[in-house]
Amino acid sequence: MSLAWLGVVPFLAYATAFLLLPAANVLIGAFQSNEGGYTLDNVRTLFDEPYRTAFKNSIEVSLVTALLGGIIGLLMAYSAIREGTPRWIRGGLTTFSGVAANFAGIPLAFAFIATFGILGVGTQAMTAVGFNPYDHGFSLFTKTGIEIVYLYFQIPLMILVIAPAIDGLRREWREAASSLGASSWQFWRHIGVPILLPSLLSAMVLLFGNAFAAYATAYGLTSGGVGLVPIQIGFFLSGDVFDNPHLGQALAFGMFVVLGLMMLAYIPLQRISSRWMK
Amino acid sequence: MAVVELKQLHRRFGEVVALAGIDLDIGTGEFVSLLGPSGCGKTTALRLVAGFDRPTSGRVVIDGQDVTDVPPNRRDIGMVFQAYSLFPNMTAVRNVEFGLRVRKQRGADRNRRALELLDLVGLAQAANRYPHQLSGGMQQRVALARALAIEPRLLLLDEPLSALDAKVRVQLREEIRRIQLELGITTIYVTHDQEEALSISDRVAVMSGGQIEQIGPPAEMYGSPATPFVAEFIGTMNRLLATVGDDGSIDYAGLRLRVDAARGLPRGERVLCLVRPETVEVVRANGLVAEGAMAGEVLSNTFLGSTSRLRVASESGERSITADISTAQGVDLVVGTKVVASFPPDSPRLLSLADEPMFPVPDPDSR
Ligand SMILES: Nc1ncnc2c1ncn2[C@@H]1O[C@H](COP(=O)(O)OP(=O)(O)OP(=O)(O)O)[C@@H](O)[C@H]1O
Ligand SMILES: [Mg+2]
Repeated sequence: MSLAWLGVVPFLAYATAFLLLPAANVLIGAFQSNEGGYTLDNVRTLFDEPYRTAFKNSIEVSLVTALLGGIIGLLMAYSAIREGTPRWIRGGLTTFSGVAANFAGIPLAFAFIATFGILGVGTQAMTAVGFNPYDHGFSLFTKTGIEIVYLYFQIPLMILVIAPAIDGLRREWREAASSLGASSWQFWRHIGVPILLPSLLSAMVLLFGNAFAAYATAYGLTSGGVGLVPIQIGFFLSGDVFDNPHLGQALAFGMFVVLGLMMLAYIPLQRISSRWMK
Repeated sequence: MAVVELKQLHRRFGEVVALAGIDLDIGTGEFVSLLGPSGCGKTTALRLVAGFDRPTSGRVVIDGQDVTDVPPNRRDIGMVFQAYSLFPNMTAVRNVEFGLRVRKQRGADRNRRALELLDLVGLAQAANRYPHQLSGGMQQRVALARALAIEPRLLLLDEPLSALDAKVRVQLREEIRRIQLELGITTIYVTHDQEEALSISDRVAVMSGGQIEQIGPPAEMYGSPATPFVAEFIGTMNRLLATVGDDGSIDYAGLRLRVDAARGLPRGERVLCLVRPETVEVVRANGLVAEGAMAGEVLSNTFLGSTSRLRVASESGERSITADISTAQGVDLVVGTKVVASFPPDSPRLLSLADEPMFPVPDPDSR
């Protein structure tokens, strides 16, 4: 018998120790009671406040920033990559995106507060020209604020992951379409977007997950004032809520479920959109 | 079908002059090839005709209409690219239909038309395959069908066969010519393969450095190249650097050769004596060297099928000549054999080098 299977042993060991065990722990713990028996109460509690709102907020923030970040990132990447744009613009944008996509957490929250907080320099500049956004219902310390700040890393992440797909759009496709009589709009509708669609979908799923799990940025910005699921879990970690540690596991389990549903919606879409590749 | 006129087309990319004034008139239903080495401006010229690029100066006129400022999607020109131009998200038949679809033709009509065209290029059975399920040759056939589907006024092909292997290349080029003749469509064909250009064109334009060096029917281009560059580029040619001697002779590195074309030329003028390898005769040396023949030994003997290509050089190495002889005859003449090479005096052409500052032209064997 061949011993080739030995090669995958380290991988299996790693997957078991660091992927399966924590997941199993969450899965089992979510259904345990403090007394040690099994119960559905923890999961049922997820549908009560404040957890219900936390899930709603988390999903909304993730969807909005994945869609907006995805579209804006796509347009920015395309305009930087297309023919006729000087090469240094592309280089600059890629480098900036590499940094910005990873610039999250407390420093990012701080940077935005210093700029667009009530006394931020940006806010003051706008007030100076007669438009104080805080007089018009805007606040950085709301869900909208969180979404704006998240876009700061969502857009660059989109630029990084979608750039190779845009590079893959061949000049010949555009020119062939054009010589066959297609307008630019018709090219995008029939060729450009359908070809990019599989990459767009997977990039947006990545963006969704990225926002869904983000914690420190939102916490730094609102100190927990806007409930998000990771922030609720954070309360359990920091020991602010003592009565039921299994509720923390149930929250994590809930996140798994949301991401799982996301994948369930994504897989058939992906299959349809990439039919022509197989 | 259309008449095409290119008028003094110039195209500069920064410092690079890609086209330095192209003038070309193409008649209705004519098949013209642009032939030339890499970087001579063939693609640039074609892209100007297609409208993908704009000339720095000059005009493109189709059927008397100046289309220089008309965008490509309003020019009614079919284009076939080098490779990978099919839309990967559409099956073969959808690709062919595409031009009709953007023209808002009815679904059933355009489907029938697309299938007709796939049939014309011999691919009816592959209509529902995606491009990645087709071989390179099949992809190019679909690309041709797609370009023809819109019944273009003009068909442009940019090295459509260069990514295919030799056998498919020959087969497909003949098919392109057959279809072109059948439809009577005016065609511009870009290639760097002289055999391809000569075999399927009505006229061949040899380009160099962004200009047309010479244009004419294939036989004329082969038989009477007008410049050393064309001579070098079309077919294999011996280029003997010589001076005109007296009475219909030339002096080639100290050897007196009889060349009819030298008659009447001023004595002492520097010339390039062009000798086709197939006119050179090579025999085993028997001690006698006739006047006007060159003694030497075989440097190489390359099997080319029914013929063999011999390279013969004098002992000192200052004279050398290439000969294509029948393989039956060449089989004895192994490398190192002492031989005598000669050619009939009426076969060479002479090009005066009086106004050729560029000499020497590159060695064809090194290209
Ligand atoms: N977009 C461009 N920007 C800058 N230079 C260019 C551009 N397109 C072509 N050139 C230059 O113009 C010259 C002619 O290019 P072109 O592509 O027309 O050559 P070609 O004859 O088609 O060569 P090949 O056989 O390699 O395809 C080359 O020197 C090339 O580098
Ligand atoms: Mg080219």
